[in-house]
Amino acid sequence: MTVHNIRVGQSKRGDASDGTLAEAIGGRLSRVDGPAKITGAAKYAVEQQLEGLVHAVLVESTIASGKVRVIDAAAAEAAPGVLQVLTPDTIISLKTAADWFGTPPPDKPYCPLARDITFSGQHVAAVVAETFEQAVAAAALVKVSYDETPSIVDLSDGKAGDGIPIDAMTKEWGDASTAFASAPVRICAAYNTPREYQAPMEPHGLVARWEGDHLTVWEPSQWLDGMARTYAEWFGIPFGNVRLVSPYIGGGFGSKALALSHGAVAACAARMLRRPVKLVMTRPQTFTGYGGRAATRQTVTIGADRDGVIQSIVHRGVNETSMDGMWVEPLGSVTSIMYATPNFSSKQNVVRVNSVVPGAMRAPGENPSAFGIESAIDELAYEVGIDPLEIRLRNYAEQDPHAKKAWSTRQLREAFAAGAERFGWARRSPEPRSMRDGNQLIGWGVAAGTYPVRRAYGEAVVRILADGSVEVESSSIDMGQGTYTILAQTAAETVGVPADNVVVKLGDSRFPRAGVTGGSRLAGVMTGAVYKAATSALDQLVGLAISDPRSPFHALQANTLVVANGRIASPRGDGPDVSIAELLNSVGRDHIEAKGDTMPANSTAEDRYKNYTTIAMSVPHTEGDYSRHSWCAHFIEVRVDEDFGTVRVSRVVSALDSGRLYNPKLAESQWKGGIIMGIGQALLEEGIVDRRHGRIVNDNLADYLVPTNADIPDIEVISVGIPDLHASVLGGKGVGELAIVGIAPAIANAVFHATGKRIRDLPITLEKLI
Amino acid sequence: MRDFDYIRPASIPDAIAAAAEPGSAYLAGGTNLLDLMKGGVTSPQRIVDISRLPELNRIERLEDGGLRIGALVRNADLAHDAAFAKAYPMVAEALLSGASAQLRNAATVGGNLLQRTRCSYFYDTASACNKRVSGAGCAALGGENRLHAVLGWSDACIATHPSDFCVPLVALDAVVEIEGKQGRRHVTLAEFHLLPGETPQRENALEPGDLIVAVRLPAEAASFAANARYLKVRERTSYAFALVSAAAALVVDGGKIRAARLALGGVAAKPWRARAAEAMLLGADANEATFASAADAALADASPSGDNAFKIELARRIVVRALTSAQAGTPERLPALPASPFSNIPGARHDA
Ligand SMILES: Cc1cc2nc3c(=O)[nH]c(=O)nc-3n(C[C@H](O)[C@H](O)[C@H](O)COP(=O)(O)OP(=O)(O)OC[C@H]3O[C@@H](n4cnc5c(N)ncnc54)[C@H](O)[C@@H]3O)c2cc1C
Ligand code: SF4
Repeated sequence: MTVHNIRVGQSKRGDASDGTLAEAIGGRLSRVDGPAKITGAAKYAVEQQLEGLVHAVLVESTIASGKVRVIDAAAAEAAPGVLQVLTPDTIISLKTAADWFGTPPPDKPYCPLARDITFSGQHVAAVVAETFEQAVAAAALVKVSYDETPSIVDLSDGKAGDGIPIDAMTKEWGDASTAFASAPVRICAAYNTPREYQAPMEPHGLVARWEGDHLTVWEPSQWLDGMARTYAEWFGIPFGNVRLVSPYIGGGFGSKALALSHGAVAACAARMLRRPVKLVMTRPQTFTGYGGRAATRQTVTIGADRDGVIQSIVHRGVNETSMDGMWVEPLGSVTSIMYATPNFSSKQNVVRVNSVVPGAMRAPGENPSAFGIESAIDELAYEVGIDPLEIRLRNYAEQDPHAKKAWSTRQLREAFAAGAERFGWARRSPEPRSMRDGNQLIGWGVAAGTYPVRRAYGEAVVRILADGSVEVESSSIDMGQGTYTILAQTAAETVGVPADNVVVKLGDSRFPRAGVTGGSRLAGVMTGAVYKAATSALDQLVGLAISDPRSPFHALQANTLVVANGRIASPRGDGPDVSIAELLNSVGRDHIEAKGDTMPANSTAEDRYKNYTTIAMSVPHTEGDYSRHSWCAHFIEVRVDEDFGTVRVSRVVSALDSGRLYNPKLAESQWKGGIIMGIGQALLEEGIVDRRHGRIVNDNLADYLVPTNADIPDIEVISVGIPDLHASVLGGKGVGELAIVGIAPAIANAVFHATGKRIRDLPITLEKLI
Repeated sequence: MRDFDYIRPASIPDAIAAAAEPGSAYLAGGTNLLDLMKGGVTSPQRIVDISRLPELNRIERLEDGGLRIGALVRNADLAHDAAFAKAYPMVAEALLSGASAQLRNAATVGGNLLQRTRCSYFYDTASACNKRVSGAGCAALGGENRLHAVLGWSDACIATHPSDFCVPLVALDAVVEIEGKQGRRHVTLAEFHLLPGETPQRENALEPGDLIVAVRLPAEAASFAANARYLKVRERTSYAFALVSAAAALVVDGGKIRAARLALGGVAAKPWRARAAEAMLLGADANEATFASAADAALADASPSGDNAFKIELARRIVVRALTSAQAGTPERLPALPASPFSNIPGARHDA
């Protein structure tokens, strides 16, 4: 098994336009994994060619609620090449695994194939055959009959009810309802967001292989150690017996962090057949095999004085969850911190519907939350006749209004200023429908966004090898966001070697561990761990240089040595000057190795296991004296064809505060990716559910629309962050999720400015405007 | 996907003989057929690959001034043929507004005419569909049918024909040249596609084994080159099917309309020629009021088949816009965003 070695030297260097060396932390080094991906050399998890590999195909429920009466597998079993048909009756029994918090699970068996149907598209059987085509053909022959019961297809269903109050989501201070009642200006509106899907280019799937009691799983993963734990618990084998390999990930957006039932099916099939099994979801299956973003409903009421100063915010939210799973999309997360208000109340319910349990999708919570509050404050601005940017500054929160703590850093005012300047906001004509070009109405909108700094711990090994090169290992992953690249930069700068000489190895659970790659936390965690490991490797190197009698530096003081560009010398240049390789050779060492982690001192082995395999040890963003968040301001121009109601985003300027950027080039492309995804959310994306059968009607990429290049204008992003050492070891805050937050309301606000129509239901499709 | 036989005939007669067997299907570019086979929507037992047949990939100018386009000419090749685009600009624009560059490179003329509906229930083998299984019922009726037909539909089927290419073709009186067991025959494109009626599984005039060999444009079709436009309203700027579209072509002389052609896409099970509207336009003053009454005439018989009443109003508006744009004159160069209402935006990119 080869692990993917990525050498910086294979890639074109980034430019160094800001004067920073591209390879240093903060430099614009181009993605080191780029050439491998572009040339096709990068081998993704399910591309493993294993001896004896067989193929599994899932059979899914076609009703939304009821029971499986009979599965008639006779025809499928008799079909050419079929090795096995797995049903709830024939599949081996598993144990229930703990959830991602590590909550001890109930002591009952777990069956990844369902007898009780709670949504359409649930896995009920699987067919394994020698070839993929044989498995597909046979899967179509499996006949499932059901006893159907009435279903609740989505939030709009009359039977859905008010749902379950989630007390942990309640946030209150002051007396919001009294203050609202007495406020001279009052805004009250309801905002809805639909089911949305992560739609990564690479569908979910895996290759599972057993060797005795050891399971290897090649699977795209945002969290190797968490998923490995789940597999181990399902099969009742030690954690160390499971190896997860995930060298590259073709997009996750939150959807690839957990081991899911299709993974269990494939691993069971491999165990039962004693052959490696590959299972890849079809694109339609990816719409029900795991959850997208839950549909949400919010009402936002704002009481303000006539100058637009907010007196009270009352917020109520609802999100859908499944019949047997619990997903809470925290809808009050932005509402409670964006603006200063003396009185506040936010509560949330969840409503059970017959759907797969929703899941994490880029900025879960913050994203729909911002659609509510950032639309509502825009409505307030028009109500009181104040510029939408000005009203945001008037209500600027100088500290966290909820936690009542100082911000660690909040460059939001700077973001508003820089974005407005670049966009030319001052030239905006305030009246809706006042800007036009032929058939097109033009509108300008602004909205802010934020994302908390989520923190956890990670570890890494840094090795200085005999040839003077440096190797970094970690079980963290790179799903395109640039982990390979920034860890190479971190190790290169810290040890003092060219980035060409660093090899970063990721995506194997045998490596030193890392927690989940989600919540925009990985870069902060892993640069910290690599920095620490690299620092101690460097200390060992210098220690050897001065302590080993065979070293040319023997008996010099440590602080007189400098390691740079792969060479060790005394700073004054008056002593020996040798390469790292020569030094290691002269002292007879073939490598130096150091492990670094960001765990609290005296953490036990149990702490570590818990940290890396659950999310129970995440550090709250309001821990200690500060409240830590990334911030952004989006300025957007839209053009709306008045006859057709079609909306085109024609200009985007966003200014963002993600603290210190480890690599601006990569941060900018993540921001742009978030903005593009936000444009899709605002204008295109919606899971359409058939009201009768609860089936997802547009379960493919021709019908579930995501933006194309032709939908996206040039996007300008501006970094306004400053290093925030309360946020992470090296001063960065979250990058990946921030930029999508606030895009949809900025577009809705621009559409209002263009047309005079306030759209409170996403997506903004043309029939809402004609 | 089920097992199937694969046949690569050497000649047109061989192809027809092979495809006349029940359960056969021709394979051209495969961009529609293979998707349907992978999804289990259709399961032919025999694939007759015509993609390497000689003679079918030529564009020929006919002696009478008409044009003959071989059935295997690729959508992209046709659109980028400079002489073709100059003579029939709205056809080129329609072609380039369809699918994606990769698909257009593979898709053929014959395949484009015969592409199946994009009705989601047709694709979902767990749903009832009269087109897939005759008599099974129509899940789209009463289902999610925002994109479905507003003209010519029946209770048996409310699906639309998704082609862009066919819309200007039907406006220009294109003729389909078919070869079958009985020899060659010509069917006008207007009569080629069938409305669903009680038999939505029958979509066109082809009999088993029939091969489309060419599409012909009569000489007159080139007379509209100066004032022709195809416009397409879709939810995203490229790589999306039409919600509604319109092809409009005019000959205007001294402010009076001397000849007019109008067809709609995305509204019915066939490309919809609006003859009543054309009759109104003929001889009338070329102005917005005329265009608005033509639009009313074109949609006079329209009715929603579900949650899609908005498409009727949208269709009216696109008729007016297409006629207005045609009157304004065919653009000098094909717009960067073909057929898009946003094609005039500075800096708009054509990355489709
Ligand atoms: C994602 C996607 C987006 C698309 N978007 C658009 C769009 O916006 N606008 C648009 O117009 N189209 C669009 N298309 C459809 C595309 O134009 C068609 O798939 C294509 O034109 C079919 O041509 P083909 O040669 O690949 O046909 P094939 O898939 O090979 O064949 C299609 C059918 O025609 C039959 N056939 C083919 N040639 C002949 C012949 N000569 N004689 C008799 N029968 C024949 C085949 O048996 C089959 O039934 C899209 C397709 C996809 C997949
Ligand atoms: S509209 Fe036509 S294609 Fe769609 S489900 Fe009904 S019968 Fe089938």
